[in-house]
Amino acid sequence: MIEINALRKSFNGEEILKGIDATFQKGKTNMIIGASGSGKSVWLKNMLGLFEPDSGEIIYAGERLNDMNIERKSDLRKEMGMLFQHSALFDSMTIEENVMFPLRMFSKIKLAERRERANEILERVNLVNLNHKMPSEISGGQQKRVALARAVANNPNYLFCDEPNSGLDPKTATVIDQLIQEITHERNITTVIISHDMNSVMEIGETIVFLKDGHIAWEGTNQEIFKTDNEAVTDFVYSSDLFKKVRIAQNEGF
Amino acid sequence: MMMLAGVFRRPTKTSVLRELILKEIDDLVIGSLGITAFISFFMGAVVALQTALNLDNPLIPKTLIAFATRQSIILEFAPTFISVIMAGKVGSYITSSIGTMRVTEQIDALEVMGINSLNYLIYPKIIALLFYPFLIAIIMFVGIFGGFMASVYGNLVSLEEFVTGLQDTFIPYHVVYAFIKTMVFGMLLATIPSYHGYYMKGGALEVGKASTTSFVWTCVAIIIANFILTKLLLAA
Repeated sequence: MIEINALRKSFNGEEILKGIDATFQKGKTNMIIGASGSGKSVWLKNMLGLFEPDSGEIIYAGERLNDMNIERKSDLRKEMGMLFQHSALFDSMTIEENVMFPLRMFSKIKLAERRERANEILERVNLVNLNHKMPSEISGGQQKRVALARAVANNPNYLFCDEPNSGLDPKTATVIDQLIQEITHERNITTVIISHDMNSVMEIGETIVFLKDGHIAWEGTNQEIFKTDNEAVTDFVYSSDLFKKVRIAQNEGF
Repeated sequence: MMMLAGVFRRPTKTSVLRELILKEIDDLVIGSLGITAFISFFMGAVVALQTALNLDNPLIPKTLIAFATRQSIILEFAPTFISVIMAGKVGSYITSSIGTMRVTEQIDALEVMGINSLNYLIYPKIIALLFYPFLIAIIMFVGIFGGFMASVYGNLVSLEEFVTGLQDTFIPYHVVYAFIKTMVFGMLLATIPSYHGYYMKGGALEVGKASTTSFVWTCVAIIIANFILTKLLLAA
């Protein structure tokens, strides 16, 4: 579980996060949604310890991130997996080496076992026979799946995903979403997903936090988000023509 | 200084570092041998030719051709001129490779995994460039060999005269001086481009700009360091 209390962060005098309070549950896909520039990525980078908050606290399983020294932070990060928006695969390594990388850095298991583990995980994300290809030789969707495999290779307790399906076709996006949810449930980990894709929200948003201008404007589940009267949320959700039509159809009783 | 403190903190796993260092030695030092040897051979030849062509006084012995070639190659050409070339070849490579990793969030990925990215990326380059004097030793030999080929096979001087000139008033300390300079230049070649790559901000365009800036600053640092070291080690 991750708790966020009164988190604030500014850049050059401009306050991006204006006192955020939230809790992310273990074994659930927790989503942070909001328009571009609402502060989602800044929040995520604060949680990862890549940014230092101006004030407030981030608590991992009862331990304050703010109080951790650099060594403890480093240890905590070994419990984290991160799926970056643009995959961030190491382009000097093959697919297999990318997936084996966390195992190689933090475990003492032998190469053959590492390879076996990597193959298992790659199979889990439906990627076979790509082990010796370089990241530049595979598609964006495949890169995302490799990045997901790398993120979960070391059995993390926390999985963070920054817009995991941006730039992907709807079918591949759904596959990535489902994989994230399945892995979250299988391994009972705390997953935090940043997204502004409403399909993802509908698909896997077990708990949802809606961020607007650095504030939490709404919290709920994917069942509740389409029923809420919160103006900020409805503006965001129904900015898509498709969802507008769905709402009209719902209101007309279809 | 802050960067260097970070480089030596929280070291990466030894077996991984060993492999990274060997890769960097291959990329940065061995991979530069071909082009630097090629340049050195012809520069040595040109130095010998220029000296021979400007020797019109019969009272000056022809052994001066080999002497001038040796001195210019050992004292300045091999350590300094080659380092400026290396700032373009190796420096740009370091800045652009680290800068691209920054832009594509690969450095963030390392940090999120709990890896000290400064140590993982820059420490192997610093260690690899400690082997830079070995490259320069070869370059010195190749440069003098170029001078030998141009002057002896160009019938400017006999083999005996060239060998005599090569041995004439040889001061071993000059080689020590050259290697001290090379060590310092190696450090500058590893750290300045790494700094510009690691701390860059922006996208692909900025990677190109950072490479250019790093080349300029590495050259400036090498030239200034060359003056200071020469003053301290030879002129003091």
